[in-house]
Amino acid sequence: MIAFLIKRLFHAFLVMFVISVISFAIQDNLGDPIQQMVGQSVPESERAELREELGLNDPFFVQYLRFAKNAAHFDFGYSYIFNEPTTQVIMRHLPATLELVAATTLLIVLLSVPIGVYSAIKPRAWLSRAFMGVSIIGISIPVFLTAIVLIQLFAIGVEFTPFPTDTAWGAWLNGLLSTDGGMPAYGRGNPVHVFGTWYTNFSSLEGLTYLVLPAISLASIMLPLFIRLIRAEMLEVLQSEYVKFARAKGISLRRIYFVHALKNTMLPVITVGGVQIGTLVAYTILTETVFQWPGMGLMFLDAIERSDIPLIVTYLMIVGLIFVITNTLVDLIYGLVNPTVKLTGKPA
Amino acid sequence: MALLEVNNLDVRFALRGGDVRALRDVCFSLDRGERLGIVGESGAGKSVAAFSLLNLIAKPGYIAGGSITFDGEELSGMKDRGLRRIRGNRISMIFQDPMMTLNPVLSIGEQMVECLKAHRRISTREARAISLHKLNQVQIPSPETRLDQYPHELSGGMRQRVIIAIALLLDPDIIVADEPTTALDVTIQAEIMDLLLELCEKHNVGLVLITHDLGVVSQVTQRMLVMYAGRVIEQGPTREIINDPQHPYTQGLINALPQMATPGSRLNQIPGSMPSLSNLPSGCAFHPRCGFVNDANGEPRKACLDKVPGFVDSGNCRVACHMVAELVNQQQRDSREEIL
Repeated sequence: MIAFLIKRLFHAFLVMFVISVISFAIQDNLGDPIQQMVGQSVPESERAELREELGLNDPFFVQYLRFAKNAAHFDFGYSYIFNEPTTQVIMRHLPATLELVAATTLLIVLLSVPIGVYSAIKPRAWLSRAFMGVSIIGISIPVFLTAIVLIQLFAIGVEFTPFPTDTAWGAWLNGLLSTDGGMPAYGRGNPVHVFGTWYTNFSSLEGLTYLVLPAISLASIMLPLFIRLIRAEMLEVLQSEYVKFARAKGISLRRIYFVHALKNTMLPVITVGGVQIGTLVAYTILTETVFQWPGMGLMFLDAIERSDIPLIVTYLMIVGLIFVITNTLVDLIYGLVNPTVKLTGKPA
Repeated sequence: MALLEVNNLDVRFALRGGDVRALRDVCFSLDRGERLGIVGESGAGKSVAAFSLLNLIAKPGYIAGGSITFDGEELSGMKDRGLRRIRGNRISMIFQDPMMTLNPVLSIGEQMVECLKAHRRISTREARAISLHKLNQVQIPSPETRLDQYPHELSGGMRQRVIIAIALLLDPDIIVADEPTTALDVTIQAEIMDLLLELCEKHNVGLVLITHDLGVVSQVTQRMLVMYAGRVIEQGPTREIINDPQHPYTQGLINALPQMATPGSRLNQIPGSMPSLSNLPSGCAFHPRCGFVNDANGEPRKACLDKVPGFVDSGNCRVACHMVAELVNQQQRDSREEIL
């Protein structure tokens, strides 16, 4: 276990080093930060002075070494637009994103496993066919479109009146087709302070309602992906010899599905899932923009628009770190579930 | 009445282009403690026959007709719940490939205990004690540690021993072994087969042994069936069939054994290959490959081309062949003339 963690730590450093070099290297192509920091009226001589002062004229690797030295102390410089340390800016935005990702992950885990398993056990049932159809739609519609449709349907509300409104049955049918709207779809509402920069939406029902639409739209691509993945894996496992043998032993179908098959199904799903949680953090850029969710994604877009290079670099580093951490955790979990993997490196 | 009786078993696979008949008119019986071999080329329907006994044929296969009577109970139309009482409990199975048969994420102990618990109301402690006892019987070294090991920690031969132990867990009446040694090393093959034979004899367990190894069949079984293209074409006492095969196909199989070839020459073989079940030749399914299809005049026998052969009794064996039927009739006529 310890050996595994040390090895992973070494890997993590390597990955972080590569990410830092790349993210630092793109800064030259992101526009002129001086332009963003000062007004039109500032003369060229002052601009040159400022540039020299900020060290923007130094050779690339000098700049990088300076950056790396500071980064080792978690000092990624000052954000040009917020005028405060970038780590502070990130820490302020991180909780919102993490809560959104957590809510989405919960949604995906709670829904994809039962739906995936059901549609593998009963592949011909109309319900599983419906799930498969809807999931294809979910995968193929881009997140921002899903988000806009969700806002229209559940935040603004739509009124369809194809049936006569003056009859009781017509009004009832119209009511079925129409939606009330009223779901919050802008920002986080009034999240409750937990500690430090952490404000949470999870503590009250009202806070949770703010999470619903963003989480659904963020899940709209991953959830169908996982349903289909679980279904496909489960179908394959159900064909295997050991499932047949379990049947020949007289084991109940329930135990075969949920002990024999599900455990084997989850192995590849866990592997893919670990990578996808990281991807989810990246996807938040779109969702947070549409819902004006005050998280890292929205902040990152802002930073790009205004060429806030230190903030961009910090964001990339933090997201890289999240990737590395989730992957390590997933490998740990995988090792616990799969007996053929020995984390300790002890010979089997 | 025999312990297990299979009559006119008809198994089909519902495919897009219509039903394919995998088994037709398969009949056999098995007495308590008796050992029966089923042989034939790949695709003859041996495994389908084995799996249909407990209605474990994978979809789209289904039992279309016939009866399977076990200890007075009809199994062929039985619901899954009823079959579950019998599966693993009174009739257990051994599969072909031990590397694929055990669940990789469950320990050996779990896979044994769950089987006991599915059929008996016992505590985990008792179930583990029985499992340990059975692992001892199959002569696995250090059985205590095996219980908590996972399949990947065991070799192929050891895994097959574990599977035999699982098959014996509930002291079944019959074990159906579908090519239990095919996936193993030759040296291990003999060990496993000896073990299986010894345990069956000791506990008076009936064995249905599916194999294409005629050597194994002749050592282990008392009676045998030869299958071709979904039908039984010859059945009877193993010794008689091996020593004096009647059906041209059985003769071909025995001739094809490496021991039968003259040293230095090519091995004998049956020309051609097994026909596809969805496109069987007319008449006797074996006639395109048969060396005896022509009659005394050198003309192909009309019956062989047109009519599916029925069984004729020849000695203690039953054979489905027009040529054999002709010979038997001839003999009977001759002996009658002699008497007259």
